Amino acid sequence: MAADGNPLLRIDGVSVRFGGIVALDSISFDVAHGQICGLIGPNGAGKTTLFNCLSRLYRTGAGRILFEGKQLLDVPRHRIAALGIGRTFQNLALFKTMTVRQNVMIGGHCRSRGGFLANALRLPFVAREERKLDERAMSLIESLDLRRVAEVPVGGLTFATQKRVELARALAGEPKLLLLDEPAGGLNHEEVDRLRETIVSIRDRFGVTILLVEHHLNLVMRVSDKVVALDFGRKIADGTPAEVQQNADVIRAYLGAPAA
Amino acid sequence: MAIISETTRPVAASFAGLPLRTWQTLGVALVFIVACVLPFTTSSYHLFQLTMVLVYAIALLGLNILTGFNGQVSLGHGAFYAIGAYTTAILLDNTAIPYWATLPIAGIVCLGAGFLFGLPALRLEGLYLALATFALAVATPQLLKFRGFEKWTGGVQGIVIDKPSPPAGVPLDSDQWLYFVCLAVTVPMFLIGWNLLRGRTGRAIVAIRDHPIAAASMGIDTAMYKSLTFGVSAMYTGIAGALGALAAQFVSPDSFSVFLSISLIVGLVVGGIASIFGVLFGAAFIVFIPNIADQISKAAPWAIYGIFLIGFMYVLPTGVAGGVKRLGSLLGRMGKR
Repeated sequence: MAADGNPLLRIDGVSVRFGGIVALDSISFDVAHGQICGLIGPNGAGKTTLFNCLSRLYRTGAGRILFEGKQLLDVPRHRIAALGIGRTFQNLALFKTMTVRQNVMIGGHCRSRGGFLANALRLPFVAREERKLDERAMSLIESLDLRRVAEVPVGGLTFATQKRVELARALAGEPKLLLLDEPAGGLNHEEVDRLRETIVSIRDRFGVTILLVEHHLNLVMRVSDKVVALDFGRKIADGTPAEVQQNADVIRAYLGAPAA
Repeated sequence: MAIISETTRPVAASFAGLPLRTWQTLGVALVFIVACVLPFTTSSYHLFQLTMVLVYAIALLGLNILTGFNGQVSLGHGAFYAIGAYTTAILLDNTAIPYWATLPIAGIVCLGAGFLFGLPALRLEGLYLALATFALAVATPQLLKFRGFEKWTGGVQGIVIDKPSPPAGVPLDSDQWLYFVCLAVTVPMFLIGWNLLRGRTGRAIVAIRDHPIAAASMGIDTAMYKSLTFGVSAMYTGIAGALGALAAQFVSPDSFSVFLSISLIVGLVVGGIASIFGVLFGAAFIVFIPNIADQISKAAPWAIYGIFLIGFMYVLPTGVAGGVKRLGSLLGRMGKR
C-alpha cells in the first residue's frame, strides 16, 4: 500500500529535547490508512519517545503531528483515545487490581459517556451503555483467547497474557490507529509467531492502521508494509522492508561501522 | 497499603448451590432487617451508638471512595465532617429551615469545598497529599473558633441544636426517630455509592489509582475525575457530619479535632480499603472499641484501644472486608471438592 492521498498520520518535523539531549531530531514520515508501519532502531533511538509524543505524554519542541489532518499537539492527552488512537505500553501499564474484563472495559471508556450523576442514579442509558461495553469487551476477550482468565485480576497473570490484555484493552477503544510498543518484548519464539498472525488479523478484522515499535527485526520485516528506521533521534531510512534491510545506514546502526 | 481485590484466583461464582449474587442480596436484606429491628431492642444509649455507627459509615464510605478506590490519601476528612455539621447547626440556629432540608445543603456545601480543595491537591501525591489534608484537619478547629465568625459559629461555645422530634402520629420516641432518619439517609447513600463504583465512573476512579498515565491514555480526564471524586467524597462525609450534629445536638470546635480525622482513617483500614460494605465494620470499630476499652481500664483506655487495633491488624491485615473475601474463597473451594 503506497502512502498516497491523505495519510492517516503525518509526522512533520517533530523534535523533542530532554535538557541538552536531542531525543528526536526533526522526524517526518507518513502512515497511510490500513498500513502496518514498523518503527525500528537501536536502543535509545527515540522510538518510544515518538510514541509518547503521539499519546501526548511528552511535550514536543517543534513540528506537527497530523491525525486525519487534525493537529494532534493541540489535543489534551485524555482526548487522544476518543480521536481514534489506541496504544499498548512497552513495560505494561495495566490496572493491576482489576480483572481482565474490567481492564478491557476501561478501554471502552472513550466510547461511552455516563458521568458521575448519570452513574450515581444509574440512568437507563447508563445500564444500556454498560451492557454494550461488556458485550464488546467479552467478544475481544474471546478473540484474543483470554476467556479463561476474564474474571482474574490482571496482576497475577503471565507477562505474555498481560500483553494480550493490553491489546484487547486498546482495541476496546475502537481505534483507527493502533500504536504497539514492543509487543514481542519478553515473548518466546512460538509466542512471537502467534503475535505476527494476531497483528495481521487485527488489521484485517478491525480495519485499523498499525504503527509498531519493535526490536524483533524478523517480526517487523515480515509483518510491515513499510518500515521507518531511527538512530540517535534521526530518521535514517524509510521504505519497504526490503529497501530498509538493504540500507547502509541501517546496517551500520545495527552492526556498527565496518572495520577499516 | 494492602488492597483487598488483590488475588490471583477468580472469585467463586457460587456457594452451596446458590449464585454468589443471591448470597450478596440475602446478606444485604438480612443486614437491613436487623437494622430495622435493633432500635426496638436496645436502651437509648445503645441506640445513640447505633445511630453514630450509621453516621460514621456514611463518612467512611466517602473517605473510602477517595482514599481506597481513588488512591488519594486524606488525613483531613474530619474537616469536611465539621463543615457539614456546622452547616446544619448554623442553618438550624439562624433560619426556620426544617432539619431534614439542611442535609442536602450540607452535602452541596461540602461537595463544593471538596472539589475546590481537590484542585490544588491534584499537584500532590501520596504522603504529600496526606500532609496537605492533615493541615486542613489541624486548622479546622481553630478556624471554627475564629472571632470574626463567632456570630454564626458561636465561637468556643459552639451551637446547641434541638433534637428532631418524630412527626405527630408516628409511634417512635425521638431517639428511635433519629435512628430511622439516619437509616433513611444511609441506605440511598450506599446505593448511590455502589452505583458510582460499579460502572464506568467506578472503573475510571480505580484505574486512576492503579495507573494514572494509562488511565489518561484510555481517555479518562484524570484531573477532572480526581477533583470530582474529592468533591463526592467530601459530600458524603459532610452529610455524615450533618447527621452527627443532629444526633449529638451540639457542635463545638473541639468535637472536630485532628483525632476525628485519624479515627476515620482507622475505621477505613479496619473495615477494608476499597470495600463498600466494610465501612459498616469500620464504623462499628470507631464507635464501640473506645467504649469497650474504657470499660476494661478506666486508667488507660487508649492503651487498651491500641492493643485492640494492633491485634485487629494482626488477625485481619486486609480489614474485615478482606477477611470475609478470603473466607468466601476458602468456602468456595471447599464447596467444589
